[in-house]
Amino acid sequence: MHRNDFVRQLSSPGGDRRPSRRMHIDIPLLIILLILCGIGLAVLYSASGENLFYVERQATFMVIGLISMIFMAQFPPRGWERYAMLIYFGGLLALIAVLFVGVGAKGAQRWLDLGVTRFQPSELMKIAVPMMLSAFLSKRYLPPSFKHVCFALVATAIPVFLIARQPDLGTSLIVFSSGFFALFLAGLGKRYLVTTALLAMAALPTLWFYVMRDYQKQRVLTLLSPEQDKLGAGWNIMQSTTAIGSGGWSGKGWTEGTQSQLNFLPESHTDFIIAVLAEEFGLVGVLTMLTLYLLLIGRCLVIALNAQSMFGRLMAGTMGLSFFVYIFVNMGMVSGILPVVGAPLPFISYGGTAIVTLFLGFGILMAISTEQKRI
Amino acid sequence: MMQDRAFSDPARERLLFAQRLFITAVITLVLSGLLAARYFNLQISRHDDFATQSNNNRVLVRPLAPSRGLIYASDGELIADNRPSFNLTIVPERSANLEQLLSDLSALITVSERDIENFRKRLKQRRPYEQTTLKFNLSEEERATLAVHGHRLLGAETSARLNRYYPEAELFANVVGYVGRINEAESETIDKVQYSGTDSIGKNGLEKFYEDRLLGQVGSEQVETNALGRVMRVLEQNAPIAGDDLTLFIDSELQRVGLDAFNGERGALIAIDVKTGGILAMVSAPSYDPNLFVGGISQKDYDRLLYDKSRPLFDRTIRGQYPPGSTVKPLFGLIALQKGTVTTNFKIQDNGFFYFKGVERPWRDHNFARGGHGSGVDLAKAIIESCDVYFYELGVRTGIDMLSTYGNQFGLGVLTGIDLPGERNGIMPSRAWKQGERRQSWYNGDTINVSIGQGYMLATPLQLAVMTARIASRGEVQTPRLVKAINGVDQVPAEEPPTIKMDKQYWDYVHQAMVDVVHSPRGTAKGISRDLDYKIAGKTGTAQVISVGAKDKYDSTKIDKEQWDHALFVAFAPADDPKIAIGLIVENGEHGSSSAAPIARAVFDAYMDSNAASPSESE
Repeated sequence: MHRNDFVRQLSSPGGDRRPSRRMHIDIPLLIILLILCGIGLAVLYSASGENLFYVERQATFMVIGLISMIFMAQFPPRGWERYAMLIYFGGLLALIAVLFVGVGAKGAQRWLDLGVTRFQPSELMKIAVPMMLSAFLSKRYLPPSFKHVCFALVATAIPVFLIARQPDLGTSLIVFSSGFFALFLAGLGKRYLVTTALLAMAALPTLWFYVMRDYQKQRVLTLLSPEQDKLGAGWNIMQSTTAIGSGGWSGKGWTEGTQSQLNFLPESHTDFIIAVLAEEFGLVGVLTMLTLYLLLIGRCLVIALNAQSMFGRLMAGTMGLSFFVYIFVNMGMVSGILPVVGAPLPFISYGGTAIVTLFLGFGILMAISTEQKRI
Repeated sequence: MMQDRAFSDPARERLLFAQRLFITAVITLVLSGLLAARYFNLQISRHDDFATQSNNNRVLVRPLAPSRGLIYASDGELIADNRPSFNLTIVPERSANLEQLLSDLSALITVSERDIENFRKRLKQRRPYEQTTLKFNLSEEERATLAVHGHRLLGAETSARLNRYYPEAELFANVVGYVGRINEAESETIDKVQYSGTDSIGKNGLEKFYEDRLLGQVGSEQVETNALGRVMRVLEQNAPIAGDDLTLFIDSELQRVGLDAFNGERGALIAIDVKTGGILAMVSAPSYDPNLFVGGISQKDYDRLLYDKSRPLFDRTIRGQYPPGSTVKPLFGLIALQKGTVTTNFKIQDNGFFYFKGVERPWRDHNFARGGHGSGVDLAKAIIESCDVYFYELGVRTGIDMLSTYGNQFGLGVLTGIDLPGERNGIMPSRAWKQGERRQSWYNGDTINVSIGQGYMLATPLQLAVMTARIASRGEVQTPRLVKAINGVDQVPAEEPPTIKMDKQYWDYVHQAMVDVVHSPRGTAKGISRDLDYKIAGKTGTAQVISVGAKDKYDSTKIDKEQWDHALFVAFAPADDPKIAIGLIVENGEHGSSSAAPIARAVFDAYMDSNAASPSESE
């Protein structure tokens, strides 16, 4: 399909005349997103204890997200490229502001209270960091020089550190990986790769002793031996693996998952929602879900491959790969192979801000996808 | 690479990008495969383990406590009831930190050191995930406080259960006893399954004796719970079977009249239905409120009851052992007549003292200090006026073997077999008894003491009532019993009661003598005969608390009331067709005639009144 698009585009330099192109909508992306949203609402209904309140709120955010996505798609990528640095520094300022005047819950300080609504700068950085790096690197000769690599690393490290301090390890991990992907896709040299890996390893003790809080450390320790602490941090993992494992091939059926319905499963409608899906729809459900995600990521990579500018290529590729990090971290932590960090499952977990942010990202991807060939 | 910077090479950059994209795509697929493998491992390879675990997780089996059988008086009045009470229970598995939870709870409501101490004891005995009570009988206010803060008290819950309640408080305390918390010793002997939903057990009285019947059968339910221990739905229920209801022979009105009649005095009264052996009233005065024990009695309350000089916790009816005094005279007279050791014509001269050959010191007559009962004292007069000297002579003539053998048949010195725990058997002395207990031979002097119900002889008030009932029924050996019906089904003794064979003329003679005790002008209990429209047959008695020498005179004004003689009275009515027999004692009441007999009169009157009102009940 994409190959045809590509061919057709070349053959008609005057631009694609199809309505979806004119409206800057990438049809395959849209279809996959709609399917994911549909599944997400169904699972959420079950995970929330058949509570329509959550489902309605989530659906509202999805509609807002879809509209925002299409709105974002109308801006040409060149515009994003131009203002990327501005957006990045705006986000950085907001993150610093959170340090001082942020509000939060459960011991985490993540939001800025704007009066009318709350704003979570770390969510913005999920887009702002890859966008700024893509814009920065695409203007340079690739592969990037030492100086540029250093800039990119620092530009990534500052928000990662700030977000980790909030504390929000999940988001900081996403931001970090988006910075890394941008560099990698830009052709980061092998010796830099090794250096980056070493730096990352060197950063681990720093993280452990200076950034991570006790409960976060506990989660890492728990991953190593969940049975040691049945009533503490290990509880979540034990319950979620039990939920997943008891699902079997085809699951217990929609809204029939006892682990989640009986509240054994903590955070069942947010971070741990994949366990509900796994319990109620079994391995078949999990693999279907995973396949849909891979199709979505695949489409992102195709868009990246076909993008008209290096900015578009880097941006689309980085976004797609970051999206995979979401999936991998979430599904990994819930199934007990990664430590528990706060990371929602895209389009399935309950949470308005995350949904809207995701759609905004895909809006930019659609803009890249439908960009007219630069003459 | 350095020279590449001089000019941009878009084609090369795109190729590099495509390569990198390809690498990441492969890594993505590999990592996805890793995820898929992990889920395959959990969902397929280890599915069975997790399915079992998940099932265990959601399904809990909880015991359902049966409701304890109720206890009714024969007139239908509820003696022991069940009332809902609210307890604070904890499932430690559900709490994140038990110590934290306990201190949080202590901050909200009053939880005493003792509550926590007992809670820890119970904690050791319970099964995992079982609710363990921290505090019983929450007040309305405490329940509200806990409800408000419930969300942050994970693992704590208020749970309703039925607690024993005795509506009449102290009226039936000695009979019914009470239930209390299962203690450590009991928890080792009880059937853990049967008691899994129950934390009380009969400690005393009927509650203890009929524990097995009252308890009922424990039920169970399988419930789905959430991780917070809240029950979401009941999967399967196996309803408990309520304990058996007991209906007693006791008439609540008679019981009330009896207790009231003591009017602050200490003592005991038992009224027996002559025909059946059913206990119509059973009073131990003073009494106590058994409700105090149900929720676990406070140390203060317990000390108050325990160190009370009048010993309210002491059940005098079956555990109090007193010298029966002159109340045994009709029985001993009957035995002597039957055995021919005295005849109705046999008379003695009573000068107030009895000399036995070879013994220098005489036995004195306690009732007529000056000059004795005079000449021509026969058995009837000896009973009516309670002449000791006659009975000294009678005792010596009859001998201890005969007295004790028949005494046992009339219930003296042996357990009556009443359906209550802790009955004492008193002492009906015999040669064997003295040899066994004292390692001494029996002397005639011992017989002389026993012949007026003193010396080694001891009897419980219940035994006196049983003896009287057997005299009244002319020898029918009925076992005294409290429970008339279980679940509405009358309990009938398996076999016909045996009868003690005596000649009719002797029964008549003794009955008449007892009637005259009350109704003749010289009778010792003539004081209660006023306005009687039925006939009472009785015998007064006095039991010495301290011994008074033969030359000394007993003078109540010179000694403490605690050392005054006990007053006793045994009687039955109506004399011509005996229905109710009474044995009673007033501790330190001095004379059976003045303090004990009027109490019997009050109970007889109440009985006759209610029986006149419903004549159909008396067959």
